[in-house]
Amino acid sequence: MIKELLFIAITAALLNNVVLSQFLGLCSFLGVSTNTKTAAGMGGAVCFVITIASAVANLLYDGILVPFHLEYLQTIVFILVIAALVQVVEMFLKKFIPALYRALGVYLPLITTNCAVLGVALKNVLSKYNMAQSVVCGLGTAIGYTIAIIILAGIRERIADNPIPDSIKGAPIVLITAALMSIAFMGFADLKF
Amino acid sequence: MKDGLKQVFKGIVTENPVFVLALGMCPTLAVTKCAIDGIGMGLSTTAVLILSNVMISALRKVIPDGVRMPAYIVIVASFVTVVEFLLEAYVPSLYASLGVYIPLIVVNCIILGRAEAYASKNNVYLSLCDGIGMGLGFTVALGLIGLFRELVGAGTMFGVSILRSNAAFAPVEIFVKSPGAFLVVAALAALQNKLGLKSATNRKGKPKSGCNGNCLTCSGCPLEVAKGEDKS
Repeated sequence: MIKELLFIAITAALLNNVVLSQFLGLCSFLGVSTNTKTAAGMGGAVCFVITIASAVANLLYDGILVPFHLEYLQTIVFILVIAALVQVVEMFLKKFIPALYRALGVYLPLITTNCAVLGVALKNVLSKYNMAQSVVCGLGTAIGYTIAIIILAGIRERIADNPIPDSIKGAPIVLITAALMSIAFMGFADLKF
Repeated sequence: MKDGLKQVFKGIVTENPVFVLALGMCPTLAVTKCAIDGIGMGLSTTAVLILSNVMISALRKVIPDGVRMPAYIVIVASFVTVVEFLLEAYVPSLYASLGVYIPLIVVNCIILGRAEAYASKNNVYLSLCDGIGMGLGFTVALGLIGLFRELVGAGTMFGVSILRSNAAFAPVEIFVKSPGAFLVVAALAALQNKLGLKSATNRKGKPKSGCNGNCLTCSGCPLEVAKGEDKS
């Protein structure tokens, strides 16, 4: 059981890295990775939201959509629930855990339209995961996202002052960096348990 | 009529969503392993974009400003579900190869971006033309990127073998894997920089409204949405 969950988490975090091999959540991955501090904040917020969203989406799917044969409404239900959930989480943190809110608050609205959140919820349904598996898969995916965005931010900080040719300054060099990271992450494909 | 055609042309060429506006990065990178997938994704998105643009434009005076984003999302998600079912029924092979990226059309920033920047301000006919133009522009871009990756990475075009693997040409397999997607888009952006072409990836400063700008340096697009909600 534990072994299976660990397998799901590692697969989601490293083998099928959400940004580098599945291309979900690219907007924030490329946009918020200018320094490691904001990248870590974004990563933390994503972990928080994806884990909760996976649990809630699973609860809704198994608890409401399946018993009433409404599986076809999953896309509509998930996107609305995620959008509402982010707002609720934001209000809850603001009121009850202000310290955490100060650390993650700015990044929460960014996540509403992050396709990684919806992607994980849909993937969980597709893989027929139960509650525990969904949460673990969500957390693993989010950890993968956090690892990727912090590494990219670190590299971007290091290359900021390097003499980069004019034509690849800005977006192209970031994309090339992401491509090299993606190659590195392909190495995990042979990971054996 | 003339205005409509102008809007279609704008979407395909002068304001191409991928090449010029740099919108919809996720599907641009994810489903361009081969030309067929890219075009299939492009056409699915076009269908959703046309339907949602028309619907949102028709309802633009009915939807209260404060809840416009949730309303748009519901409209878009409904059409995506319809398109998903149609694909599953009539083009099962494409449905299988696009997989989870079909429902993810909902969060494609082209759709909500055009709803917010165009359809909510213009009449139904112009919004229809905008949907057709932007959709076809997206399809053309995805098709071209897919064609290039397929040709270099596998030596095929639309699944037909063009370049035989021999001493002179060995397929550069990395181009059909995930790093290839980043490399191709990076090369494209670098080329646009070099030639000084109009593109969001080499435009300085903040995007004007909503998603109508640059996904690469943006991170502001969902923020703009959030600000809009705060006001209400």
